[in-house]
Amino acid sequence: MASKLTRSNRAGWLMALPGVGLIATFIIVPFFLAFGFSLTNQRLASPNPTEYVGFENYSDLLGMAFFTLEPERDEAGNAVVEDGEIQYPRLRKFTRNNPDYPNLQGKREWFSWQSGENRKVVLASDVVFMKALVNTVTFVLVVAPLQSALALGLALLINQKLRGISLFRAIYFMPVVVSIVVVSLLWKFIYSPGDGLLNNLLSGLTFGLWQPLDWLGNPSTALGSIILMSVWQGVGFHMVIWLAGLQTISPTLYEAAEIEGSSKWQTFRYVTWPGLRNTAVLILIVITMQAFALYAQIDVMTSGGPLDSTQVLVFQAVERGYGKQDISGGSTISVLLFLIVLAISLLQRWLTRERT
Amino acid sequence: MADVMLKGIKKSYGPVDVIKGVDIEIKDGEFVVFVGPSGCGKSTLLRMIAGLEDISGGSLEIGGTVVNDIPASQRGIAMVFQSYAIFPHMTVRENVAFGLTIAGASKAEKEEKVAEAARILQMEHLLDRRPSQLSGGQRQRVAIGRAIVRKPEVFLFDEPLSNLDAALRLDMRIEIGKLHKSLGATMVYVTHDQVEAMTLADKIVVLKDGYVQQVGAPMDLYHRPENLFVAGFIGAPSMNFLPVDIVSRDADSAHVQSSLVTQFAAPVWREGIGASGAATLGIRPQDLHPVDSGGILTGNVTLAERLGIETVVDVALSDGTRILCSMAEDRVFEPGQEIHLDFDPARAHLFAQDPQAKAA
Ligand SMILES: Nc1ncnc2c1ncn2[C@@H]1O[C@H](COP(=O)(O)OP(=O)(O)OP(=O)(O)O)[C@@H](O)[C@H]1O
Ligand SMILES: [Mg+2]
Repeated sequence: MASKLTRSNRAGWLMALPGVGLIATFIIVPFFLAFGFSLTNQRLASPNPTEYVGFENYSDLLGMAFFTLEPERDEAGNAVVEDGEIQYPRLRKFTRNNPDYPNLQGKREWFSWQSGENRKVVLASDVVFMKALVNTVTFVLVVAPLQSALALGLALLINQKLRGISLFRAIYFMPVVVSIVVVSLLWKFIYSPGDGLLNNLLSGLTFGLWQPLDWLGNPSTALGSIILMSVWQGVGFHMVIWLAGLQTISPTLYEAAEIEGSSKWQTFRYVTWPGLRNTAVLILIVITMQAFALYAQIDVMTSGGPLDSTQVLVFQAVERGYGKQDISGGSTISVLLFLIVLAISLLQRWLTRERT
Repeated sequence: MADVMLKGIKKSYGPVDVIKGVDIEIKDGEFVVFVGPSGCGKSTLLRMIAGLEDISGGSLEIGGTVVNDIPASQRGIAMVFQSYAIFPHMTVRENVAFGLTIAGASKAEKEEKVAEAARILQMEHLLDRRPSQLSGGQRQRVAIGRAIVRKPEVFLFDEPLSNLDAALRLDMRIEIGKLHKSLGATMVYVTHDQVEAMTLADKIVVLKDGYVQQVGAPMDLYHRPENLFVAGFIGAPSMNFLPVDIVSRDADSAHVQSSLVTQFAAPVWREGIGASGAATLGIRPQDLHPVDSGGILTGNVTLAERLGIETVVDVALSDGTRILCSMAEDRVFEPGQEIHLDFDPARAHLFAQDPQAKAA
């Protein structure tokens, strides 16, 4: 019999209150606040009143321009070459208070390439944000396929009836239960330059031929190092999701395939993989969202350096909002991140929809 | 030629013996049905023939070759599962052609063989559907189609119809019977439905606790059950058993009686029946008929079930022992009414008193 307490509407709401209250305070309200702040010039603490600025924050972040820089020419009209290099006017001439080029005002060079005598330059209002965007997207594009494939491989391996298999399950799952901050600290030691663990290992394996690298201090290896350790840390979690998916596939399907003489690969292709469709969609979306939220590793290991080579969106949002007290800037990045993840999730759902 | 020979087949899971030494000879083209109570090892035995389960002891021959260590796919068998085991993401066509796809057959060959199987099973109109769009009976048809395409020498069925409703089960049963006639392949069929066993089988194997109780044609088992278990298992409602004392015995009959049973002469052919002592009398409910007076048994009606085509009467004898009487007519009985029952003595079964289920 349901007691009066379990049937009363008021009691129900009262019991839901703590949960709903927490979610509202820390997720729903900040979500809408971020939208609001992104349209103002709000600062964390400022004597000036907050003003509505429209989409200025967005254009400050996303503003881009393309510019063709022509070489300096002598009287005859030939490009001036000094020390074998073509000389160009300083970019600053165009971007600082030049009334002829209002669209370049305040922008800085993001990257450029040579095209004949000319130099093509892409400028951005906020180069750091652009780098963060590119790094984040790179991280997602590498981590999503790599981590899901590895996790599936592990799940297939441990989905066997072998003695002591649960030991392996525990081992692979272990990094997931350890706090990401601790993991990041540990890997900072592993990656440390000179005689760090990884350098030592590699030099041992190559009989001393290995030249030690400063994994996190070198712009060309820093992001890769962070990707590697993130994949390692998260793979166990997704392995467990894959495993749950694998166990929903009826064993008689495997037996039917076995009787038909299906090879291991054919069984995977015709029985296992189609049976994992829904799991795959879930994993892809979860990994994508987690990867976009990359923050702790960066904060602990590189703080976005060196040379902004590991800047990412969430780190930038926090850095601006709290480090630079620019709450509206941080909010704008958060909103953009939300829109990106939303768009990608919708796209993924559409791409992986059930076709009839 | 694909006869199947089981010689001393055993199966244990760790310390648990599930099949304890089974010898069965299945001839080429025969339809053999395994029946037995739940958990007696029917599926295990079938799966060992299929090659899905390792054989712990004894030897299994298919077509004269020992196949104990030959993988399932090379034994020339096809199996139809209770749960259909058709691939949910493939169309019916792809499901039926699965074995051919695995073997890398050409498109034309697949088309041809699928069309043939579809024609045999009358499911041409279903070929482009997905399993989720099929009824249970249609799914099982697809599973059988997949088996047919393999052109196996031995078909194995594990309770293929038990997920279907009664009407569909009848249809599919007839269909499987026809299939056996038209393909002429050896078929081994597991069921716990007696009607399926009696109607389909050339030969029934009754199993209990990992032992074979009796092997024989359906009517053999019905009319000449070798032990109490088989007698009670085959036939519905099941046989009535009453303890009796042997008064005298000659070559092929024995006079028996008890406080409930008026003396009569029952045929004797089973082992273990002496010239005196106790025995168990078995009478099928259908062999009993009410008489106005006299009769070998007397009791009171406790319950009468009128099914239209038959009437099943539950009778309490004087000491409370319950027996069933089934007559092929619609008759009215009042609860409490006295009833005299008689039967043809030739149709009585006499079993040794403490007939252990046959233990090899
Ligand atoms: N993998 C296993 N490990 C241990 N015991 C098992 C295993 N598989 C089956 N058994 C046991 O073997 C016995 C026979 O099982 P089996 O499935 O062959 O029965 P069955 O006759 O097909 O019954 P049912 O009519 O219910 O299908 C059962 O007692 C079961 O508990
Ligand atoms: Mg079974």
